[in-house]
Amino acid sequence: MNPKELLYAKSHEWVRIEGDEAVVGITHFAQEQLGDLTFVELPQPGDQAQAGKEIGSVESVKAASEIYSPVSGEVVAVNSELENAPELINKEPFGAGWMFRIKLSAKPQGLLDADAYAELCAAEAH
Amino acid sequence: MKTLFQDSSKGRTGVWPKEPKGNTEADIPAYLLRDTAPKLPELSEIDVIRHFTRLSRLNYSVDSNFYPLGSCTMKYNPKFTEAVAAQPGFTNLHPLIPQLKGAGHMTQGALEVLYETEQLLGEITGMSAFTLQPMAGAHGELTGVMLMAAYHNDKGNRKTKIIVPDSAHGTNPASAAIAGYDVVSIQSKNGMIDPDELEKVLDDEVAGLMMTCPNTLGLFECGLERIVKLVHGVDGLLYYDGANLNAIMGKMRVGDVGFDVVHLNLHKTFATPHGGGGPGSGPVGVSQRLVDYLPISRVVKLEDGQYYLNYDYPKSIGYIAPFYGNFGVILKAYAYILRLGREGIVRATENAVLAANYLRKRIEEHLEIPHDRICMHEFVASAAKQAEKGVRALDIAKALLDKGHYAPTIYFPLIVKECLMFEPTETESKETLDGFVDDLIEILGRVETDPQSIHDAPVTTPVQRLDEVRAARSMELVDDAGL
Amino acid sequence: MPFIPHTPEEQREMLAAIGVDSIEALFEDIPAKFRAGDLNLPSGLSEMEVRQKLEKTAARNHTDLTSFLGAGFYDHYIPSAVDALCSRGEFYTAYTPYQAEASQGMLQAIFEYQTAVARLMDLEYANASLYDGGTALYEAIMMAVRHTRRSRIVISESVNPIYRVMLDSYTTNLKLDLVTVPHKDCNTDMDALLAALNDDTAAVIVQNPNFFGTVQDFTALFDKAREHKIVSVISTYPVMQSILKTPGRMGADIAVAEGQSLGLPLSFGGPYLGIMACNKQLIRQMPGRIAGRTVDKNGKTGFVLTLQAREQHIRREKATSNICSNQALCALRALMYMSLLGPQGLKKTAQVGIERAHYAANRLERLPGVRVVNQPFGNEFTVKLPVRAYEVIDKLLDMKFVPGFPLGRYYQGMDNHLLVACTEKTTKQCIGILAELIGGAL
Repeated sequence: MNPKELLYAKSHEWVRIEGDEAVVGITHFAQEQLGDLTFVELPQPGDQAQAGKEIGSVESVKAASEIYSPVSGEVVAVNSELENAPELINKEPFGAGWMFRIKLSAKPQGLLDADAYAELCAAEAH
Repeated sequence: MKTLFQDSSKGRTGVWPKEPKGNTEADIPAYLLRDTAPKLPELSEIDVIRHFTRLSRLNYSVDSNFYPLGSCTMKYNPKFTEAVAAQPGFTNLHPLIPQLKGAGHMTQGALEVLYETEQLLGEITGMSAFTLQPMAGAHGELTGVMLMAAYHNDKGNRKTKIIVPDSAHGTNPASAAIAGYDVVSIQSKNGMIDPDELEKVLDDEVAGLMMTCPNTLGLFECGLERIVKLVHGVDGLLYYDGANLNAIMGKMRVGDVGFDVVHLNLHKTFATPHGGGGPGSGPVGVSQRLVDYLPISRVVKLEDGQYYLNYDYPKSIGYIAPFYGNFGVILKAYAYILRLGREGIVRATENAVLAANYLRKRIEEHLEIPHDRICMHEFVASAAKQAEKGVRALDIAKALLDKGHYAPTIYFPLIVKECLMFEPTETESKETLDGFVDDLIEILGRVETDPQSIHDAPVTTPVQRLDEVRAARSMELVDDAGL
Repeated sequence: MPFIPHTPEEQREMLAAIGVDSIEALFEDIPAKFRAGDLNLPSGLSEMEVRQKLEKTAARNHTDLTSFLGAGFYDHYIPSAVDALCSRGEFYTAYTPYQAEASQGMLQAIFEYQTAVARLMDLEYANASLYDGGTALYEAIMMAVRHTRRSRIVISESVNPIYRVMLDSYTTNLKLDLVTVPHKDCNTDMDALLAALNDDTAAVIVQNPNFFGTVQDFTALFDKAREHKIVSVISTYPVMQSILKTPGRMGADIAVAEGQSLGLPLSFGGPYLGIMACNKQLIRQMPGRIAGRTVDKNGKTGFVLTLQAREQHIRREKATSNICSNQALCALRALMYMSLLGPQGLKKTAQVGIERAHYAANRLERLPGVRVVNQPFGNEFTVKLPVRAYEVIDKLLDMKFVPGFPLGRYYQGMDNHLLVACTEKTTKQCIGILAELIGGAL
């Protein structure tokens, strides 16, 4: 379910490290908890992201949730398709539903691997 | 049903009071005027009458249906209060008249209504003084928190936080945050505020605690006395959310308990109609130490029996409303209190609690009630067991609509899974309650035998379940007909 | 007991079912020390007695006045059909439409109201209502502050002073910088406002017609605001908006208004109606309920409350506002009023008021020492008298005439200024008498 090659934040974002950049999205577990997403608020290219700090939000009909950047650095790209099609996050949270790309300013810290994250989800589901 | 805009016929005219000469450009230059008239619907009077009469039939209401919507106290709205409030002697009164020097005598009736209502609410709650200006419950909350801030600022206290239990109505944390405070949430234990938990978060930076008693589960807070002591111990103030006053009116006065600020919902406890969303009225009462901070103006009664508006309160938080609150709503509540009197107020509470407990007892064998004991004016059941079989609280609510009942509250409290909050009020007869329970039992029976029928509900309403996701994504918030 | 259906027999049955022997037993959780004794309230009255008492109370209010008082709150004619429709219990005894399937009447009406307001203001969206024009202005400021993440607010002194004092109260603890730009001879001072805008500014706020009645065009101001990414807010008068250049055309981002003039009685200050419309860009910051159109599972058109993730019941302390109950029934009245009058009726209502006001201004200006201060104006204008406005008001009150609002109450140095309003209810005859009476009082 949770791709092995990704890293995960306790706040349910995933990170794919590509050289000195990182792609970020929210996990399958997170989108399932929120339900059908209706709106995504993304940062803008050029914004400075700080690990653990709010950087956007997602909304469904009955819930809203902040997105916390799992890594620090400068936002270099955002997935603008989500503006008109937030359902991409529900359909492909780890693929077409990616949210933004960050040029890392520091080595990512405190992130979980797929197994540890799966354990966290199992605990939260109860 | 078509919208007004879809029904519009170009050139069809309605009513207007007088024909102008129509040469407006002689008075106002053309560049200050709009290019085209607003595209409002063009209809005849009978078109409008039919449209709204038909719309009204698509609504459930207290006048047509049992409305056990928890936390909203949907009691019967007496018709005589409408007649009282519709008197031209009240409706035709311009709010600025009493502010004209020499015109104070011209609004004595209206000022008396305000003054007397404040006195009556003061007696019912045991608070030292009231302002009637807040225009809804949440507006009262904001006013109340602003009063707390004014008190602390005046004393030189450095307070940054307000504590709100996790069972609270969403307006509580929102009001505290909007007034500039950080919100600290504390976890409930057995459906109550846990004084030990409270003690852990209490420090000198706590401005106060906002609580509802009975709480949103309909339970009386058994740690109340200790909670009051703890909060006052750090010079914090106690805020009472009056949403549930219908449970204790005439039985306990929050002022006697030690609360410093209270807001009431006249559209709940005092039987003024909710109007399909408002107008409400959210008067705020305060203890003696907060009186100086109340909003201006305040109505004062002189020794000769005359009333006047006093603005001279230098410590006041200022103006929170343009005038004196939702006067028309206040009038209805005043008339209601006069009608009930000393005895009627207590009987209303007693019968509200009686009805809630009767309903609880009849439901408890069929639906889990997580904190099943004597409740106050409402109680919370859980459809968690039904949900395991795929039938959620929402589904049960929808199925109740098919039986001709409005649904209980299902969106909160957040601390009970699949919650259904029932508040029958004192004005519903035993047959109504019995009929409701019978219908509920029939629905719950179908969880085993025919769950699909519950998922399909409602089928008798003007529309079936609506696609809320589509509504939020497509954002069709205005009509484009006739543009 | 009033409104309680249970007979003693039924009460006993209910107690037996609960398993307690008295009603008192249901209140045992309330500690003895907190139990209230007998309340010191009067005994209950019959329905007839309450009505008789409050008829007497109503009679102590003087509503037989000939009034030229406006100041943001106007005495317009209300078609009979408004009361007839609005008093249907199906509307007024419902709660907020949480269960959409059982609330389509109210939800469709809100959707129609939003549409009418958006079209009147010439903006994309409107919400389901706020409490009043003053709190609407406060909410508009908070939208701008969130949207821009700035904290400086520029407001013209010609915005209704009643609203400006409300803003002072609401922003006391919020670390906002409220900059008030003085008016210039009852005009909104465009040059000073332009000069006050900078890159730290969250919002610029003006009113049209302004508090003194002056009608202006704010297009240039809003253009400049856009350059600085400042949110432009305009407070308007809905009836006049049927004829005046629109907020949308001027480039405003948010329009707010007191909706009382749209079919609501003056009612001593409430309930009124806070109107708010905004452009697309700001919709996520909008406070309060919003209805949207969708379909049910069979594809049939229906309406729901939507974009609720902005609101307090979901976002709690992070909500755009704490508002829950609004003024739904007042919004319904406004919608009924606008539908009954239609675009023509609303425009004609505005025109009659404008014509009457200009007639009145002409008559008053013929009096010695009296000068009409502002130009152009709509249905309300400011005159400078050779004596204090209060004195004139005081003398005319005895004749049951209220000649207007004394501007000295809110503006320093304007003790001789009187704000005079006319509507379609004002007759030429009354204007003639007013001129004579003021003439006699000078």
